[in-house]
Parts: sequence; C-alpha cells; structure tokens
Amino acid sequence: MQNNSINFKKQATIKLADVRLQNALSRLQSRFVGGRAAVISEINDFQETRTAAAAVRDMALNDLEHWLLQFEQQATARGAVIHWAENGDDVNRIVAEIAALHGVRTAAKSKSMVSEECGLNDALEKAGVKVMETDLGEYILQLAHEAPSHIVAPVVHKNKEEIADLFADHHHTPRKTGIAELCREAREVLRPVFLNADMGISGGNFMIAETGSVLIVTNEGNGRLVTTLPRVHVAITGIEKVVPTLEDVTTLLRLLPRSATGQSITNYISLLTGTKSSEDHDGPEHFHIILLDNGRSSILGSDMQKMLRCIRCGACMNHCPVYQNIGGHAYGWVYPGPMGSILTPLLGGLEASPDLPNASTLCGACGAVCPVRIPLPDLLRNLREKQMERGMKTRQETFLLKSWAWLALHPKIYSFSTKIGVRLMKMMGGNKKLIHSLPGAPGWTNGRDFPAPSGQTFRELYQQGKHS
Amino acid sequence: MRVGLFVTCLVDSMRPRIGFATIKLLEAAGCEVIVPEHQTCCGQPGYNSGDRESAKKLALKFISEFESFEYVVIPSGSCAGMIRVHYPELFGDDPALFARFTALGKRTYELTDFLANIAKLEKAPGNFNGTITYHDSCSGLRELDVYKQPRALLATMPQVALNEMVESTTCCGFGGTFSVKYGEISTRMADNKCQHITDTHADAIVGGDLGCLLNIEGRMRRNGDNTTRVLHVAEVLSGMDKER
Repeated sequence: MQNNSINFKKQATIKLADVRLQNALSRLQSRFVGGRAAVISEINDFQETRTAAAAVRDMALNDLEHWLLQFEQQATARGAVIHWAENGDDVNRIVAEIAALHGVRTAAKSKSMVSEECGLNDALEKAGVKVMETDLGEYILQLAHEAPSHIVAPVVHKNKEEIADLFADHHHTPRKTGIAELCREAREVLRPVFLNADMGISGGNFMIAETGSVLIVTNEGNGRLVTTLPRVHVAITGIEKVVPTLEDVTTLLRLLPRSATGQSITNYISLLTGTKSSEDHDGPEHFHIILLDNGRSSILGSDMQKMLRCIRCGACMNHCPVYQNIGGHAYGWVYPGPMGSILTPLLGGLEASPDLPNASTLCGACGAVCPVRIPLPDLLRNLREKQMERGMKTRQETFLLKSWAWLALHPKIYSFSTKIGVRLMKMMGGNKKLIHSLPGAPGWTNGRDFPAPSGQTFRELYQQGKHS
Repeated sequence: MRVGLFVTCLVDSMRPRIGFATIKLLEAAGCEVIVPEHQTCCGQPGYNSGDRESAKKLALKFISEFESFEYVVIPSGSCAGMIRVHYPELFGDDPALFARFTALGKRTYELTDFLANIAKLEKAPGNFNGTITYHDSCSGLRELDVYKQPRALLATMPQVALNEMVESTTCCGFGGTFSVKYGEISTRMADNKCQHITDTHADAIVGGDLGCLLNIEGRMRRNGDNTTRVLHVAEVLSGMDKER
C-alpha cells in the first residue's frame, strides 16, 4: 500500500469536517473502550498479566532468529513450506508463484494487515488470480475500493446506510437496512466463494515455535473456512509474530481479545498445524507460510525494539483522543493511531512521515492500555529526538526550542524578557482579558482565544512582597 | 517540613496567583516554603519536542537549585512528572547523576498529591461556594497517579459540590507544542472537553495544570461561554479564586 502519511495534516483537516465519519468514530469509542473496561476486571492480576505478556514477547524478540528457525523446522516437519520475504514485492511474487504452481484461479482471503502492507490483492489480480475478501469488513472495503481505517475493525469509518448502498449496487438486490439482513446477504454471496476457492489466504496472529503452528484469532468463522476448505492455504505474517511455546501464547490470548474488542474470548481461535494428514477430515493439502520482514529486522536490537512486541489489538487507537477524532485514514498507511505513528516511520522511513511522531499530545492513554506494555509515548518521543538529531525539524521550530532553552538557562535575561512579554500580552488582551490572535501561533488562536495574563510575573510580585 | 516551591514557567508568566495560592496552602499545611530565585522552566517543552540536550541542561540547572530541599512541590502534574519520571531517564547512562535525580524525583510532588498524602492537610482554607467539575490532566493522572488527591481535598470544603463530567480523564488536546502545531485537532479535542464540562452545568471547571486550563478556557471563551469559571485547584483550595 502506498504510504501517504506525508499528507497527514491535510487528511486530518478533511476528516475533522466529515460528519458521517465523526458519528461512526463515536460509536467505536463507546463499544471498544467501554467493552475493554468491562472485561479486564475478569482477570484478577491484569497488570501482572500485562507484565508477563510483555516478557513473553521480549523473550521471543531477544532471540528471534532462534525461535524463527525452530518454527521453520517444526512447521516444515509437519508438511508446511516456509518462505522468507524481505519486502512486500517478495510476498506478492511468492504468492503468485504458489498460485501458478497449484493452478489457482480464485483465492478466498481472510483479514490480514500484513497483506495490506504488500498491496497483495492488486498484485494477484494482475497475476490473473481472482481474490475475494471474506472478512465482512474487508469485503465491504473491497466493494468500495477503500483501505481499512482500523486494524481490528477495518470498516469502522462507514455507517450502515453506506453499506446498504454498496450491497444494493454490487449485489443487484433490493436495498436492505437491517444489520441481520445485510449480514445474511453477505453470507449468501460469500458462501460459494469459500466452497469454490482454490486457495485460502490468511494472516497469522502468532507463530508457535515449538509446534510450527500458525494461530489466528477471529470472530466471523471466515478465517476457519479459508484456512481449511481450499486445497492450498497461504498464511502471511510478520517475522516478529513468533512466540516460543503454546503456553506462552495462552498468556497473550488472555489479553488480545479483551484489549481488542472487549471480548473475554473470540468466537474462533484456530491453531493451524501442518497439512491435511490421512486421518484428518479437512485441512489444506498444501500449506505455505510467508514470513515478511519489510523493515522489521532493522528495528530489532535498536532503541525502538519494544515496538515489535505489538500484537495488533488496536487498544492504543481505540483509546487515542487523536485517532478518536480523525479516524485511521488520516494516518496515510496501513497502521493508524499510536502504534501506526511509530511503525509507519520505522518501516517506511521517518522522512516520509514527518508528522506522525508529533501528532500526539503524549497523553499516555495508549501506553496505559497496551497489553504488552509498549511504552508508546516514549517511543513517539524517541522518534521526535531522531528528527531533531537528523535536522528534520523546521528551522523555525528548532530556533524557538533552542531560544527558549537558552532563555531558561539565563535567569536574569529570562526574568526581564518574561516581564516585558506578560505586559505586552496583557495589553493585547484588552478589557475582556482575551487575546484573539497571537502572532506566531495561529494554530492556537484560529480555534481558541488565549486567556491574557495579569501583567506581572510571579517572580516580580514575590520579590515585591518580600521587600514590602 | 522545608519545601522548595517550583512555580513553573506557565504559572510565573500567565497566572502568578496560582503560585501564591500554592504558598498559602503549603503554609496552611505547616510547611516552610522557599522559592529559589533563579528557577525558570523544567525543560519539558524541549524534551517533548525531541530536544533532549536542552532538557538535560535544564535538568542540571533544576537539581542545582532544588536538591537541598526535603521536598519539592509543584502546582502542575506535567512538570512534576517531568522531574519524577523523565529526569532520571535523561541520565540513564550516568549512574551517579541517575541516582541523584532518582532521589530528587522521589522527594518531588504534584501539589495535591503532596497536600493529601505527605503534608496531610485536613481542611482546605478556601471558601468557594458552588458546583465544580474536575479535569484530570494526563501527566498527573498517568505518571503520578493523581486522581483521588484533589477530590479528597475539595471534599474538605463543605460548600463545594463536585459534579463529575464524562471522560474526565480524556486529554483536553493541549499537549504543549501540539496545541499550536496541530491546532485543528487540538481545538476539536478541547471542544469535546468543553461539551462534557457544559453538560455538568458546573459553575467552575477545575484542574491541576495551567496548560490544560488555558486550552479549555481559550476554547470555551471562543465558543461564547463567558460565565463558566476556569480555575486551578490551588486557587479553589486556598480561597484565592475571586475575579482578577
């Protein structure tokens, strides 16, 4: 997917004015934020479980090569074929080759954000493979030719009416507006897709090194169908998603659905191990697992490594007051919200996403809910430091920051300057004691007044008090 | 108790009364208050904008002025968080300085946290009469666990009724330089906050960080609300909340 995060500011302005989007986002907040709050209380030692989950992820990341090789060995022993992909183009090429090898003409796909990184659907269409998204949200987006705006609830930016229009247009059926009716209609369209597909494509929430299994966490059942019905299954995931053992993954599973959708457990947790054996009733004859790097290995061992703990629950964006107001598309690439504001610059280059690390108040809500304790605000700040070090800040910002620091290091000049400053600001405030326009800070006064100061600084009043 | 007061750069310039209110409260709690003369800014604006070097210089300036005190008290959760949480982190590669900053951090308190938990102020001297709603500023809440402390202190004032807004712990959109760089998003966040405040019909919105209060008041006044008062918790608790 094309990285458009350079246009973050412009996109955010458009999204703030989009009334339909605003209504859709308010529903997300009540459902996911409220939902999570209700179910985390089911875990007595919730905070300790977060700590344990972070430790599981760190154990895997600190020795990633070892666990990946063990995973490869175990998966291969059970009949799967492992492919290593350096970037998105590699993934697209490998999937196209697998399709050609097995004579695949149609593919049914369950939700995969990694495949969005690669732009897989377009590449497969070009290779002559018809791809159908089968996750309801992704299916709707495929009809609308849009990208997901949330990593768990991809179609959260659309309302029921828009979906009803899309279905009526594309299915050539009478327009329906009930949620149950719309779902039934989608099911009727998708059922033959599962049955007829030559290939199923899925993501992978976790890879388990000890068994060589791919684990996927889903709600709709489509994930289980696309991974078991077609004769070929291709699972695509990032190299960082490996965990050592099944027991390790259970710790993460206590937190993932609760953090993501406010569910104690999802409807389906599928543990996909090897190809169909002679005793199995179902399962794929061919199982390919593609492990994508796409910049992840460059994060490993760096001061940003904790970002690779991420298990893609979306809690950070659900709780982010910036995301809550602008939605996911404004961020310009696959991953939005706080985790995306870190991952996008790390995977796509800081130069391509100058706004993302800065478009946060560092309010800390994301870090407080992250199930694997990624210090998201600290990582955002780290990226800002890298921008400073690499001279990527505007000259004006650097000048202002350095000037302020210089002043603050020189108390006498600071005292003199602030004395003059507050007197000027008092005058600007007039009778109503409100400044309507601040030169140099239109970002503030375009939408807000600035309450004018009283005209004397604390330090001068305090000195006067001491001497009187 | 010998307390060093760090008034913060915002209070120094924008609303000095909060500094005097803080002194009054600390004295009411039996503290001896000393105000180091050359104090300026804790370095947070630079730190949060990626200027780590400047932040380190200002941290060293701060420790030279405040290390001798038994306690350091600050009428701001974000500045107190800077000193308690982030100063030690700035010197992670220097064990001696790290130890000194950690020790200083442990003695540094946000005002209401100090009054409620250390000085154990039994009754706030203020006489505010009316309904208030409380905004929990982010750093105080999430870095210092300041939530119950201001409410407990306000509860000692019999004429104060607290009417909680929804999402009192959601960011108001200030975020320091964020409020200028991303003015439109910041304004929308302030708008949401103002709506939640208005819904409570409170006479005053009260909080512990002047940055957030300027942001909230700025949006409120622009929206035409000239009656809801926007007050720092020190002003309310001390009784120094009358019109300027």
